[in-house]
Amino acid sequence: MRIIVDVEKCCGAGQCVLLAPKVFDQRDDGIVVLLDESPAPELHKAVREAACVCPGAAIRLEEQA
Amino acid sequence: MTVPSGVLVVGASVGGLAVVESLRRDGYAGALTLLGAERHPPYDRPPLSKKVLSGALEPDRTRLRPDAALAQLNATVLLGDPAVHLDAPARAVVTAAGRRLTAEAIVIATGLEPRRLPGQLPWPGVHVLRTVDDAVALRADLLAATQVVVVGDGVLGTEAAATARGMGLTVTLVGPQATPLASQLGPRIGGYLAELHARQGVQLRLGAAVEGLVGDDQRVRGVRLAGGEVLPADVVVVAIGSRPAIGWLANSGLQLADGIVCDSRCRAAEGIYAVGDVAWWHHEGLGTGLRLENRSNAVEQGAAVAANILGKDRPYAPVPFFWTDQYDVKIQVHGFATPGAEVALVEGSPELGQFVALYGSGGKVTGVLGWNMVKQTRMHRQHVVEGTDWSRVDSLRAS
Repeated sequence: MRIIVDVEKCCGAGQCVLLAPKVFDQRDDGIVVLLDESPAPELHKAVREAACVCPGAAIRLEEQA
Repeated sequence: MTVPSGVLVVGASVGGLAVVESLRRDGYAGALTLLGAERHPPYDRPPLSKKVLSGALEPDRTRLRPDAALAQLNATVLLGDPAVHLDAPARAVVTAAGRRLTAEAIVIATGLEPRRLPGQLPWPGVHVLRTVDDAVALRADLLAATQVVVVGDGVLGTEAAATARGMGLTVTLVGPQATPLASQLGPRIGGYLAELHARQGVQLRLGAAVEGLVGDDQRVRGVRLAGGEVLPADVVVVAIGSRPAIGWLANSGLQLADGIVCDSRCRAAEGIYAVGDVAWWHHEGLGTGLRLENRSNAVEQGAAVAANILGKDRPYAPVPFFWTDQYDVKIQVHGFATPGAEVALVEGSPELGQFVALYGSGGKVTGVLGWNMVKQTRMHRQHVVEGTDWSRVDSLRAS
């Protein structure tokens, strides 16, 4: 899994940080900081949920089969 | 309960898409159909009144998923064809184009329709803002305008006013309340918002009743207030709220009130569910029914309904979240910031231009509002989740 974040779309909700704090953080202005662009498999479920609920649709995932 | 052989989702905005994606993510292998009234593939609405209107984001970039990701969902996507009738016992939907679609489970996510002023004519220069086409048309008109009147003092109206002001236009905001967003956030925070807009040069006409629009044979020319005063305008934005898009459900057999009446599982009838702005459901945590008009709810409710379709039988009882961006201010709200609640500042101060406020009612913390204090707001969310005792609020204040 590879994570791509679009900071222009990020609205700073922080939902991703609530769901996957090892993968996402926020700057002081709320904009997402990607801590780990290829997270370990045990984090994939939380990352997929973060991508789904992101209110800015700012998280894209590339998943290899 | 058995898993349905097929699911039809009526409404191809963020809530409907969330249902389809969640079903596939949870391993559902049955037939999926996503039916949308608009001709556009699923797109995101929050940027429309902000970055799309200002020109900072191209309209195409609001698309929620690229074609390849939609194709991977292995769903039949039917766009530009509004549903016009539901037969609930037969679980059949008829569309404007004459399709008759049936499925063992149907999810309704048809969202909202903007309210219009009584007698509002389709005059050039008069706009509502709900769809991406609305946003593109309004932007084109704003680029040629000098004076804008925004009718409406809610989230959409204040965002549109802020964006138009940022484009250099003369902006007047008219609304019936004593402050903007008074009914969403209460008078205190509403007062700070009024100050923000005034500082940015927006002319506020608060507590004002609008009687109607004035214009000539070419276009709108202004907004007439009760009492006869006319506010001149070359563009008028009507942002006086929305109503659930349920007109097509008349004679469907479903119970309709302020939305589609659902139980705590977001189920409107056997095999029929509702998601997003259109759903009025029983929130077990609050012990009451409610309907939420925000993007986060549409996604979370979509995921909850997908799980219930697959037999999870879980109540949907979220901590709501919404935000608004106006000028350089980001306001975020977790939980319920009801107008009658007590309000206590626990971080920062309005003078500093950043603060966190807790809302309390019934002796508990029910909501947290952040004003340009993103991380701190997120941390205080836990008090909403736990329902922290309001008597402890003083001890939560940052020293």
